[in-house]
Amino acid sequence: MEAIIKPVPRVTPELAPFFAAARRRELVVQRCAGCDLLRFPPRELCSRCWSRDAAWTPVCGRGEVFSFYWMHQVYHPGFAGEVPYAVAVVQLEEGPHVLSNVVGCTHAQLRVGMPVEVTFEDVSDTVTLPKFRPAG
Amino acid sequence: MAQRTAKTAIAGLGITEQGKVYGPSAVGFAVEAVRLALEDSGLQASELDGLLVNPGLSWGQAATMGSFAVQQAMGLRDLRLSAAMNLGGASAGAMIMQAALAIEAGLATNVACVFSDAPLKPPRPAGAKDGGGSGSSGAYAFAGDLNAAYGAFGVNGLYALLAQRHMHRFGTTNDHLGAIAVAERAWAQGNPQAQFAGKPLTLSEYHASRWVAEPFHLLDCCLVSNGGLAVIVTSAERARALRQPPVYLRGMGQGHPGGDPLETLSSGAAIAAKSAFGMAGVSLSDVSFCELYDCYTFTVLVTLEDYGFCKKGEGGPFVEGGRTAPGGSLPVNTGGGQLSSFYMWGMTPIGEGVIQVRGQGGARQVPNNDLGLVSGNGGVLSTHATLLLGKHPS
Repeated sequence: MEAIIKPVPRVTPELAPFFAAARRRELVVQRCAGCDLLRFPPRELCSRCWSRDAAWTPVCGRGEVFSFYWMHQVYHPGFAGEVPYAVAVVQLEEGPHVLSNVVGCTHAQLRVGMPVEVTFEDVSDTVTLPKFRPAG
Repeated sequence: MAQRTAKTAIAGLGITEQGKVYGPSAVGFAVEAVRLALEDSGLQASELDGLLVNPGLSWGQAATMGSFAVQQAMGLRDLRLSAAMNLGGASAGAMIMQAALAIEAGLATNVACVFSDAPLKPPRPAGAKDGGGSGSSGAYAFAGDLNAAYGAFGVNGLYALLAQRHMHRFGTTNDHLGAIAVAERAWAQGNPQAQFAGKPLTLSEYHASRWVAEPFHLLDCCLVSNGGLAVIVTSAERARALRQPPVYLRGMGQGHPGGDPLETLSSGAAIAAKSAFGMAGVSLSDVSFCELYDCYTFTVLVTLEDYGFCKKGEGGPFVEGGRTAPGGSLPVNTGGGQLSSFYMWGMTPIGEGVIQVRGQGGARQVPNNDLGLVSGNGGVLSTHATLLLGKHPS
């Protein structure tokens, strides 16, 4: 029986630099050229200064769990074998919040404020997903 | 505060069959709801000159000019006001404000405001599911397919993040959220139209319901319903000459805070309340009952905080002990709300508010129905509408 695969994100022009960085094990976010505000996901313009110019910049990959939930509902068959899994908003040390998964962490361990660090998971020949694990 | 006499009122209410009702399209439910509201008010279709529509998720392409679709479906002629509006769960309140403003400005006389949706299909298992679609994911709206790759589907999780953070900051518990689910279910027992009528709920049954997006159980999440709900807004003077007791629009306001609700854990209620209470010239202690938008139990908790019934963070203890349940000091969601009656976005609380102010609540009628506070909330605490519905014009 062929395994049902999870949805693989399209490498859109907006997200291409993010995926390219993840492939080389680097987490990047956008930095506004107008006011230096860091942001993720990418946006067309800065919500603070309205500048349309931005560049991708590496971040250290450490942060803490700002909030999370355990997803028990199977919305896509590719996740049927993984529920419950942890979806979290991680506050990076540099400031921005990113939505991701926390992996390698038990139900009892995971809590708001927990220190985490980025880890990378190759999900296809071209796509790598940054995820987070308890900081070691 | 200066008392302002209400110049407009709700004069008609139409609620179609609700829930697992199959057959009519979303537009079909809208037409039926408007027809019922006209019948309820005693107005003729030819007397309608305004039509505002909030298309639900299943409208598809018809949503783009949703009010024209309903106009053509009903054969309405010579309208003077028409629009499709979408602020998620705040749309219903916003439509009524728009109608009231147009009537006061002389742009229209009798305006129908309607929400409808038909997302449930016969072969698809029903029950509490995601309420809000994919277009309202707040701070994460531009992430393409990335969220799906992380298994972050739907709106349940986005509200679960808020609830988890609220639990962390303020010590809120599932007992607190459960108290809201139990109270609303108790109210639903007095509402024959409620999808959960005849099915009371205990706190331990709440805890035993399956996790969806933990800390949300299934019973923290609203229903999904097919159906339509319409009201007719007209001048206060004209409402007094019609069939039903007028429900006066004493106060109205909107609040759309922007930013990231995960940081503030707040809705737009405080902003909207300032306009609405200022307009009505009343204070929170004048409110006799509440109909609060309840896409989730947690939304009720936060909304109570943001209106100032308790301090920020104290919503959990506030709802304990049956304060909002039948017989409690602050009746909240007296028809069972969207958790236990039916899910018509912001029209669910408005419809119940109208029923209560008229005194037509039957077994669930609140003893004091002078002033109802009604809220609508859209997106992820993104948009908010407040109505103060009065039995008296001032």
